[in-house]
Amino acid sequence: MADARTPPAAARGPAVRRAADHGSWFLVLPALIPILLLSVGPLLYGILLAFTDAQSGRTAATRWIGALNFRDLLHDTLFWESFRIGLVWAAGVTVPQFLLALGLALLLNQDLRLRGLARALAIVPWAMPEVVVGIMWRLVYNPDAGVLNETLRDLGLGAGRDWLSGLATALPAVILVGVWAGLPQTTVALLAGLQNVPRELHEAAAVDGAGAWRRFTTVTWPALRPVALAITALNLIWNLNSFALVYVLTSGGPGGKTRLPMLFAYEEAFRYGQFGYAAAMGCVLVAVVSVLLAVFLAGRLRGGDRA
Amino acid sequence: MRTRQTSRTPPTSRTRRAARAGQYTALLGYLLLLAFPLLWLLSTALKSPRELAALHPAWIPRDPTLANVRQAFAEQPLAHAALNSLLVAFCTAAVAVLIATPMAYVMARHRTRTARAATGWVVVSQAFPFVLVIIPLFLVLKKLRLIDSLTGLVLVYVVWALPFALWMLVGHVRAVPVELEEAASVDGAGRLRTLVSVTAPLLGPGIAATALFAFVTAWNEFFFALVLLKSPGKQTLPVVLTHFIGAEGVADLGPLAAAAFLATLPSVAVFALLQRRITGGLLAGAVKS
Repeated sequence: MADARTPPAAARGPAVRRAADHGSWFLVLPALIPILLLSVGPLLYGILLAFTDAQSGRTAATRWIGALNFRDLLHDTLFWESFRIGLVWAAGVTVPQFLLALGLALLLNQDLRLRGLARALAIVPWAMPEVVVGIMWRLVYNPDAGVLNETLRDLGLGAGRDWLSGLATALPAVILVGVWAGLPQTTVALLAGLQNVPRELHEAAAVDGAGAWRRFTTVTWPALRPVALAITALNLIWNLNSFALVYVLTSGGPGGKTRLPMLFAYEEAFRYGQFGYAAAMGCVLVAVVSVLLAVFLAGRLRGGDRA
Repeated sequence: MRTRQTSRTPPTSRTRRAARAGQYTALLGYLLLLAFPLLWLLSTALKSPRELAALHPAWIPRDPTLANVRQAFAEQPLAHAALNSLLVAFCTAAVAVLIATPMAYVMARHRTRTARAATGWVVVSQAFPFVLVIIPLFLVLKKLRLIDSLTGLVLVYVVWALPFALWMLVGHVRAVPVELEEAASVDGAGRLRTLVSVTAPLLGPGIAATALFAFVTAWNEFFFALVLLKSPGKQTLPVVLTHFIGAEGVADLGPLAAAAFLATLPSVAVFALLQRRITGGLLAGAVKS
């Protein structure tokens, strides 16, 4: 490509040649500078902060304290509890969501009536601000005026319950909302993956007498696997980093039962002003996310090999 | 093989009908699951205070009223917040597209080290743990006196929307035939010139879709807005919405529902516009590319 361009540019003198050679740098800068200043820079700065005693509104200079934050973190039972809750939440949302989405994607890949409606309606939860999803489900869960309790009452299944403030029910209730909120997105992604499964292979397998399950395991799944793996890893990462939904639903309550790591770090940083300590929490999360990211990239690479 | 298939035809058609019934039941269940909470939100928004206080909440409001909308606007600075959100989302979309297009162009056309590094960063930043980023960002923006400022928020949103914008745009650039650009370069056009007068016009729909996506991202965002905006006059819609929920979690349900419903309208409208592109596998495309 460059070869096709160079001779005429060279013929037109040095100024033009320079424009052609360094043109790409010049075009990248407007995006690259903000990325470096507001994304890569803060990430590195955040890692540095984790090794300091930085606090908000403190007059004394910030000091380098080595791994002290991490040592404190190791003994911080509240943090590990929130970490455990975060893992339960991420897995509890991602796994059922994936299974449901897979079923739905297979369903929507069939020639069914109402399929268009289902696809159109699926846009709504996806497009909604997370804050609104949270508010909406608070209305559904509302002990007095909520539709869930009213339905349960009608079915004779007990009186109104405050799902979001019960110690045992809060986390499952929040997880259900998480599954609901991301279901359309995962479904659509898997559906797009399904559309790459060669139809002829399916038909050939059917002619050879393979049943639906057999066709799924031998034809559909191998083709879908890279997309499925990548989507699952991404969903796990996104869920580990999620904040708004649970902030609106429970603010981490009752008694910290839904306090995800992000909520914990947010409180630590912006309520108690412990910037260094919260940054250390962020680093732990980054480490976990990096592992998931490695899985994601491995899935992508394998997908690339197949394509 | 063929004989076996013909011999199995009668039972197959019966099982097929059963399977069809099962499929439609599942589809109906999905539609209900999707629609249920949405309808409840709308129903709550339209109920009168008296009906909201009733012991057995009705599915459909008996006499729908817009009183909640009026009350919502009276209780919180909703109009102002919506204007803030609109401004922030619009600026985010404009700036993101303006700076992402040239970079996406380079990433799509040149396999240089910069382009590869940028692609890698795009993948990684999809997974950005923003808790680690927000603290330094907060400190930096404070130094720059951009805390509690919509400009500061737009800066953060632009960078935050960039990975996805780049991803979408790279795909669109690749769809433009290279031959067109080569023709322009033979005519002596430099790279910027080629981009502006040859490639960019053909990217129109892709740029529009990317801008709309960035708009929705910014319109919906909550975490950065919560941390960076302090004064009520500056806050965006999602942040103001949470003010309807009191300290003890007690909320004035009607106005809350009304305001929440209104806040979804712009992003849902934009998504409806983009529907074909989205169902065309925006995410899966990103995953595969």
